[in-house]
Amino acid sequence: MQWETVIGLEVHLQLATRSKIFSGSATDFGAEPNTQASAVDLAMPGMLPVLNEQAVRYAVMFGLGIDAHIGMRSVFDRKNYFYPDLPKGYQISQFSDPIVGAGQFEIQLEDGSSKQIGITRAHLEEDAGKSLHEDFHGMSGIDLNRAGTPLLEIVSEPDIRSAAEAVAYLKTLHSLVTYLGISDGNMAEGSMRCDINISLRPMGSEKLGTRAEIKNVNSFRFVERAIRHEFERQADILESGGRIVQETRLYDADRDETRPMRSKEVANDYRYFPEPDLLPVVIDEQYVAEIRKSLPELPADKRQRFIEQHQLSAYDAGVLVDSPALADYYEQVVAACGDAKIAANWVQVELRGQLNKNELAIEASPVSANSLGQLITRILDNSISGKIAKQVFEAMWQGEDSADEIIEARGLKQVSDSGALEAMVDQVIADNAAQVTQFLEADDGKRKKLVGFFVGQVMKVSKGQANPQMVNKLLAEKLK
Amino acid sequence: MAIEQDEIEKIAELARIRIADEQIGEVAQRITRILDMVDQLQAADTAGVEPMANPLDAVQLLRADTVTETNRREAFQAIAPAVEDGLYLVPKVID
Amino acid sequence: MHTQTVAQLIQGLRDKRFSSVELTRHFCARITELNPVYNAFITVNEAAALTAAAAADERLAKGDAAALTGIPLAHKDIFCTQGLRTSCGSKMLDNFVPPYSATVIERFQGAGTVNLGKTNLDEFAMGSSNENSYYGPVKNPWDTKTVPGGSSGGSAAAVAAMMAPAATGTDTGGSIRQPAAFCGITGLKPTYGRVSRLGMVAYASSLDQGGPMAHTAEDCAILLNAMAGHDPLDSTSANVATEDYTAGLEKPLNGLRIGLPRQFFGDGLDAATGECINAALQELERQGATLVDITLPHSELTIPAYYIIAPAEASTNLSRFDGVRYGHRCESPQDLHDLYTRTREEGFGDEVKRRILVGTYALSAGYYDAYYKKAQQARRLIHGDFMTAFEQVDVIVGPTTPGPAFALGAKTDDPVAMYLEDVYTLAVNLAGLPGMSVPAGLVHGKPVGMQLIGPHFAESRLLNVAHRFQQATDWHTQTPQTGGDA
Repeated sequence: MQWETVIGLEVHLQLATRSKIFSGSATDFGAEPNTQASAVDLAMPGMLPVLNEQAVRYAVMFGLGIDAHIGMRSVFDRKNYFYPDLPKGYQISQFSDPIVGAGQFEIQLEDGSSKQIGITRAHLEEDAGKSLHEDFHGMSGIDLNRAGTPLLEIVSEPDIRSAAEAVAYLKTLHSLVTYLGISDGNMAEGSMRCDINISLRPMGSEKLGTRAEIKNVNSFRFVERAIRHEFERQADILESGGRIVQETRLYDADRDETRPMRSKEVANDYRYFPEPDLLPVVIDEQYVAEIRKSLPELPADKRQRFIEQHQLSAYDAGVLVDSPALADYYEQVVAACGDAKIAANWVQVELRGQLNKNELAIEASPVSANSLGQLITRILDNSISGKIAKQVFEAMWQGEDSADEIIEARGLKQVSDSGALEAMVDQVIADNAAQVTQFLEADDGKRKKLVGFFVGQVMKVSKGQANPQMVNKLLAEKLK
Repeated sequence: MAIEQDEIEKIAELARIRIADEQIGEVAQRITRILDMVDQLQAADTAGVEPMANPLDAVQLLRADTVTETNRREAFQAIAPAVEDGLYLVPKVID
Repeated sequence: MHTQTVAQLIQGLRDKRFSSVELTRHFCARITELNPVYNAFITVNEAAALTAAAAADERLAKGDAAALTGIPLAHKDIFCTQGLRTSCGSKMLDNFVPPYSATVIERFQGAGTVNLGKTNLDEFAMGSSNENSYYGPVKNPWDTKTVPGGSSGGSAAAVAAMMAPAATGTDTGGSIRQPAAFCGITGLKPTYGRVSRLGMVAYASSLDQGGPMAHTAEDCAILLNAMAGHDPLDSTSANVATEDYTAGLEKPLNGLRIGLPRQFFGDGLDAATGECINAALQELERQGATLVDITLPHSELTIPAYYIIAPAEASTNLSRFDGVRYGHRCESPQDLHDLYTRTREEGFGDEVKRRILVGTYALSAGYYDAYYKKAQQARRLIHGDFMTAFEQVDVIVGPTTPGPAFALGAKTDDPVAMYLEDVYTLAVNLAGLPGMSVPAGLVHGKPVGMQLIGPHFAESRLLNVAHRFQQATDWHTQTPQTGGDA
């Protein structure tokens, strides 16, 4: 049987506010346990929530970024369940009236095609604390620093059909939220976490199968693996005539498998109702218009502009707009050197190669965009060859001076003095009489190959600094 | 409307309140009395009436995004039943 | 000193007729003597009160006194007081000493008051007789075989027995007005949102409101001046300017239109109580008010709507009491489930458990629309009745309760009979209106209260009517025989 995978994703995005969604506690990652848990976060008796404006603003920014309907009147609800990382015994969330309604965006697939993925809704809610399972005499330890960190839960339509699409969706989403600056998107620190709803149906069938939900998958790689694993598990069950149980599962990265969550075995009845400690959030057109005006250029628009303005391929443009910092860097290089195409090659190949090798973010590059632009300028004005430029770049990466200083200090400047070149060419011809004879006896087709030998010899003599175009021209004149 | 014992057990479980077996009957009986009383509401014609969650129909004021809280862990944990290394202790949590 | 009003005590302190330390010592002595009889206080704060009184005396001597500097007050034990146990009348919080204070407490501290201690209440403010307290029932000072009302029964009894000149209370369905009526004192439930709820342990968030309980309307106005105001840390706090609530007390009642809801004078009302209210109405008429018959057609929905909304909100407000971060925790829990279920079984009393269960039921899948949503719709209808009425009249007047205080134990076996005690007070909370109870007579030696209801934020108008009434009557000056030589 051919199975089609149907996937919907729920992404929990921590918003980059300074303080929590309902209290004035800091949201910094990695603080000592419970040092960023205020009386409100600890659900001390009599404590009340007050909504953080920045969280609302970020949610609206996201909504505008996906062309979604903005909920001008949104309502917070209580989602009731008992868990030690949930101090109030309810999570403040949005149920029937979320702040962001239906929207969509386009994802780019590896094969160069693109696809529209629908967003059902996005709503504001508070994060829970953390249970630490290190053994405290058979007990668990609860850290409530994270409790109350603002989350935007982004729910997709079941439009995703493969692990690759799921990853592409998450990467596009990641790129969008970092462009908007509404989240640091740091998956390792849990700023972006993903629940995967996945079901199978026979290829061609319209009816949705029974789904399983895989909770809290925290990297692109794990999303891919969890989906592949879950596909196989469900396909095995269906093909052996079994039935899928609707349940919540956990992806275990160490064992690379999913297993049912024990804590979710009992069907929950969340008893949603409007949170009486908060009032409806009403925003007006002016507020939304002001936010719309302040939005940065978004990745999809930037990509399109790069294709048109810089004459880049869709693929190159896609790579360069991946993060706003990389795109900005690229555009600075272009501004400094004036050649968008060569700039794109250098940023993508040399620069990203080094960054990846050293596990550095673009912001931490030891070579500034201006310096790289200057280096490229020296290629363009024939001061150095591309090959020498790589040496110079290497030196710049190691923290040496500017391109010009390196070229100067090491005497790397390309030899374009026709007198000096002529002397070198004459010497090479004199030293290689046999090859000269061979060349002169060859037909035109063979000569094209053989001339390369002489160019190579001249470059060797010049230690790579001879201007290759001029060498070619001189050889053509002399070898007649 | 009489509420059955198993229904009482279900809501007691949702509310995480243990009720001793010998008390369930009495609890069910008293809650049935209360539900009979509130069931008078069912006769009311409320079609098309907007539910009222807040008596002033007020709207939310928003707080500026500033950190106003300081670390008060010591004071908060001084009144906690079980803490260690700054963590609240509970019987083992199983995912 | 204990027979004086807060207004008189303020003057006495200014005139140096007595010091705050003397005043505080005097009330503490009365508490020591009388509390074993009435059980009005859960925690007495004598040592800290005397320290605060001494500091108040210094300020008075220096002439930089605030509005209430040196005035002793009692606080319902549901307002969190930093460093002083706040039990909510529950075993669950028997050991709970908050590391913070309620906004109301801070405001009173800012105004210079001295905290005598924390008064008894129905557990988590759930009750109408003060019999649902982990610390035992409060006795009505007018007749110790009867209840003081609830849930602010301790505050009402403390003021009635002159163990404190005034006290704070909270009112979710009548919990200030009903005990004020039963104990012969004056109590004001302000408009929802007028007084901050921060640090006031929640029973039903959309109904709870703190307010003053005192001998006179003037004292209530003085206390409300300290309590009222927007609190940016309470989202439901009203961002509406306050006023000097004492400023309009003397205004004549000429032209005042008083609405008498037909539904408040029906079969359920005790005849003698009704006569007291009618006599009080005649006095108001004599002062120039006109009486207008009105109707509140959705009145019959009040009790069912309230007893869905309040338990529903309570059921989740009380989820935080789980034995993890503060309060009671069961011994040696076997696992997480055991920790929760046994902690909550042991920590909560029967009525609290019942309301949690009813509320959980009303919110659970399949019942939400039939119960909670329907009740919130009924709430809008009830609210609409009042809005329509206030197009015709300036205040609404009726009895606070169907009759005077009932005997201890009379209704403890029948929760519904107990709920019916609140028949005249609940609608005010559902509509978020200000309401007052003013002493209006005695029935067989037991006080009865007249209830005044106004439009949103019309506290001044209610206080004005109550004050003018008290200028012409002496029901509020009558006191029970408490004994006590202090």
